[in-house]
Amino acid sequence: MAEIQIADTVDITDVVCPVTFVKAKVALEELEIGEVLAVRMNDGEPVQNVPRSMKEEGHKVLRLDANEDGTYTLLVQKNEE
Amino acid sequence: MAVDYAALKKGGFMRQKQKNNFSLRLRVVGGNVTAEQLAKIAEVAEKFGDGHVHLTSRQSIEIPFIKLEEIDAVKAALAEGKVEPGVCGPRVRTITACQGNAICPSGCINTYELAKELDDRYFARELPHKFKFGITGCQNNCLKAEENDLGIKGGLQVTWRESDCIGCGVCVKACRTEAITLEDGKITVDPEKCNFCGRCSKACPTDAWDTVSGYIVSFGGVFGNHIAKGEPVIPFISDHDLLMKICDAAIEFFARNANPGERFKFTLDRVGRDVFEKEIREVYENG
Repeated sequence: MAEIQIADTVDITDVVCPVTFVKAKVALEELEIGEVLAVRMNDGEPVQNVPRSMKEEGHKVLRLDANEDGTYTLLVQKNEE
Repeated sequence: MAVDYAALKKGGFMRQKQKNNFSLRLRVVGGNVTAEQLAKIAEVAEKFGDGHVHLTSRQSIEIPFIKLEEIDAVKAALAEGKVEPGVCGPRVRTITACQGNAICPSGCINTYELAKELDDRYFARELPHKFKFGITGCQNNCLKAEENDLGIKGGLQVTWRESDCIGCGVCVKACRTEAITLEDGKITVDPEKCNFCGRCSKACPTDAWDTVSGYIVSFGGVFGNHIAKGEPVIPFISDHDLLMKICDAAIEFFARNANPGERFKFTLDRVGRDVFEKEIREVYENG
């Protein structure tokens, strides 16, 4: 698989639902269409719901990686609103 | 002339503690009321009641402080706004529903269409005791399906489609019953653990799931003086017509076996849940 270029990274492990999604969404708004955002999130509710919310907003989820510290990193590509 | 309270109750007029005053229960299906109906209900509550309405615990609306002698005028006024009285007593009650997949992103079935269909089929049907239907769109169970004599819960039966899968693992985390495993790029779903919630498919970035929507039906719930949760017989019913046949069979069983004033749960306890389950399985297998 070709290397994915990450345009920006946001950490949402310091907030809880529904701010998790809001924080990721705000970070995504700063990007150009087609650019990729890396979102670091906690296990449990965030990883259950944030990827789905991104999809429902019309963005493209590329990958979900488990990190060594128990968090997850979601790579999401910005689509048109 | 003596007042026939049973007939009034049947017609949705509930006797209040205040003499000659009735709280009029309205016919509401699946919790939806149009703006036109609401406007008429407001007008009637102002003119014939005391200017307020009560939202019942089962998605109906009651207009309290209706006077006995004005009942016919009230019915006529409500009919102008396409509003009908509801029912109380020993019969099929209001069919309740959440918003379902017509509105809610989590919904797996069209709860309102189903509520209307059940309402057309059974509403106010006379039975040995009250009989409640409740329809909820998904495992979130906002409508508390298992509180009802017959509860219907929407679900999705999922099959992984390898060709579209990018192996991201979002479904593994979206699943709340740990039914999904991802190994060497292959997804496995444990049918023993899957509860048909559909979260895997809804969360999947590439929609790499084939889904069949269907119904999880529970029988014998009560949530009043006695509290018990309805239990399913068949894990998942994907065919709509078969669902209707199963509802028919459950109501027929209740009509045939229940003592007057006995809720479905207690009929099942007395007659034997195994006897009921056998009948339902026969319908499920033979239609």
